Amino acid sequence: MNCVLGSDNILNDTVLYRVIYEAVGQVLPCGMSYVVAGLAMMLLLVNGVLLGAGLFSWVERRLIGRFHNRIGPNRWGPFGMLQPLADLVKLLTKEDLTPRGADKLVFAIVPVVMVAPVILVMAVVPFAKDTALANLNVGILYILAVTSITSIAIFMAGWSSDNRYAMFGASRGVAVLISYEVPVVMSLLGVVIVAGSMSLDDVVTAQAVPFFLVQPLAFFVFLAGTSAELNRTPFDVAEAESEIIAGYHIEYSGVKFALIQAAEFGAVLTSSAVMVTLFLGGWSGPFASYLGWAWFLMKIGILAFIFSWVRATFPRLRIDQLLAFAWKFLLPLSIINLFATALEVYFLRDAAGTLDTTDLWFMAGINFGVAFACLLIFGTLIKEKVRPAGPITGATLSTGEAD
Amino acid sequence: MPIQTEPMTVNIGPQHPSTHGVFRLRVTFDGEEILEVEPIFGYLHRGTEKLAEERNYTQIVTLTDRLDYVSSMINNQAYCLAVEELAGVEVPQRAKYLRTLTAELQRVASHLMGIGFFLQDLGTLGTPLMYAFRSREKILDLFEMLCGARITVSYMRPGGVFFDAPEDFWPALEQFLEDFETEYAEIEQLILENEIVMVRTRGVSILPLDMAINASVSGPVLRASGSDWDWRKKAPYDAYDRMEFDVPTATGGDNYDRFWVRIQEIHQSIRIVKQCIEQIEPGPTRANVPLIIRPKPGAEAYGRVEASKGELAFYLVSDGGISPYRMKVRSPSLINLTVTEHLLVGWKLADMIVTLGSLDINMGEVDR
Repeated sequence: MNCVLGSDNILNDTVLYRVIYEAVGQVLPCGMSYVVAGLAMMLLLVNGVLLGAGLFSWVERRLIGRFHNRIGPNRWGPFGMLQPLADLVKLLTKEDLTPRGADKLVFAIVPVVMVAPVILVMAVVPFAKDTALANLNVGILYILAVTSITSIAIFMAGWSSDNRYAMFGASRGVAVLISYEVPVVMSLLGVVIVAGSMSLDDVVTAQAVPFFLVQPLAFFVFLAGTSAELNRTPFDVAEAESEIIAGYHIEYSGVKFALIQAAEFGAVLTSSAVMVTLFLGGWSGPFASYLGWAWFLMKIGILAFIFSWVRATFPRLRIDQLLAFAWKFLLPLSIINLFATALEVYFLRDAAGTLDTTDLWFMAGINFGVAFACLLIFGTLIKEKVRPAGPITGATLSTGEAD
Repeated sequence: MPIQTEPMTVNIGPQHPSTHGVFRLRVTFDGEEILEVEPIFGYLHRGTEKLAEERNYTQIVTLTDRLDYVSSMINNQAYCLAVEELAGVEVPQRAKYLRTLTAELQRVASHLMGIGFFLQDLGTLGTPLMYAFRSREKILDLFEMLCGARITVSYMRPGGVFFDAPEDFWPALEQFLEDFETEYAEIEQLILENEIVMVRTRGVSILPLDMAINASVSGPVLRASGSDWDWRKKAPYDAYDRMEFDVPTATGGDNYDRFWVRIQEIHQSIRIVKQCIEQIEPGPTRANVPLIIRPKPGAEAYGRVEASKGELAFYLVSDGGISPYRMKVRSPSLINLTVTEHLLVGWKLADMIVTLGSLDINMGEVDR
């Protein structure tokens, strides 16, 4: 049989899918190969994300070991690379406990609800030219919708565990996620205006100049907002180890705990992937038609490294300070960015409504000025909050002689 | 109409990563805010004071190691001072210098732990803690050279110290001081001026000076509230009367100031260590004290030092036998804990953990 996807089919844009579909179509009926190719893509995606999560957990532990002046896991496999596997085996063989007072059904499905959005997000991200599983024309909207599921999962975990620490973690986590959703969405609007499209493929193509140069403020807000949504220091109030031990997943053990951890590490990678696509030019780079995936992975690696670095360095903010940071600092910044971008695009675009490379560089110049001015002004405004007037301390060295 | 919330009572501890041992707090929260605090301790009670009545005066040294197990040298020192006063023993000069030196190294080690865990409580992922431990390990290595033990040292004895320092101790100490300068600068650079540390700790859980004095609080916690009370200055013991050093004080009495005072005290301790190295002279390290000490019946003594956590004192009463009739330990951690409720009520859950960290308590000493 010779199966060919219609040109109007949304999956036709995906090279990988088309190749699998046509190969399978040689032996199976077209309708069935349509499903088989889809399942094959899903298999690739799920295993890719979960393997990536495992690999990243090893990378991060090694990195943080280095930041700590330690070595980090180095026993299993070359450089300890099989450590995630060993951890997984350990967690799988552990008893899977459910607290007596727990809402058993909700408690059990939380890990699945947690992992699902992480994998779903990757469906629309293009790894290389024409390689996204689905090139949705509302890709950015899809990502925002799917990542919001995480807050439901966190609340389900906290509520069903019948544990007060978990409840603390859940209420904190939901407050953080809801607050940070707003500046993140606002900052993405700037990108959408410049790219003129919500499709991730178009956003990548539009980045003749990477958007972190064109939209520095948006990139900053998105980076901060994302690390809050990922529950990583300095925004990790939902699972603050020193305060509420593990927060919402305090009662989870065994394979459920493994899944929650996989979701957390995977979320870092998928968020990095989204950020790479939106701000760092995605798969573009020299020889992008062959090496696009390599550029993409390299850029993810850089962002993941930054996340680990920040995690190893900063103390945690308090919940009220965290929310104030979102509403009083990030939100105004993203609104300013939105206005500036809208005005620039209005004046710079040509008759067809497109921007050329010179326009983008020009915007980058203006936006860097705006970003610098904003950070200076807001920095001065919140300085009083951070460092109240007066010397840093009493700062006296008394001789303390006996009187 | 104000939104009604239901107060929630939570047990923090005794198994909790940030209660510095087996400390338990029964806390009533309104959301994140603390309404009531009830500290409960006693989970690490080992009956040290009663055990002391069954042992002779030399054996008790090993019990004192296990009080505040992160500053055992200073515990030894306080106890030995009490026994020496009780038995009327004169300590040789070299022993006095060795005691001062080791006590100050121990203070550095203890403060490093205090700072490290304080920052751990603030939510850092262990980086400052590991930096602090890196230096602390080297101090413990030095102790191992002196007496073969790292934590429960039992280095000091009534009448002096157990051994003189071995030959290779002094070059190792010089090396440590050299390394410590850069290592400590790294720690300070990492955290002292960090904005998040500032915003989390400044103005939080303020302890006013009058309250600190009324509650008999001592040590860095008292000095952060504005007093310059330090027994090393007010009533110098061992070789402290020949040492030049300053007492860091702060006026705010908040978490940051308690943390800052500890940071600065480490600098002063290093100063003292350097002076000890300069001034120490060869000589005997232990007075001629019998193994079984029998003080006069009815004799009593109060040995008091400025430990890393505050005023540590041993009160000994003799009935003429080989063991004390009664030994009372005045442990600074326990007395510093009495202000917990005042410090915590009205602040948030996250502040509570940090405040406990800033008090730098040690449960081995609180429960005894």
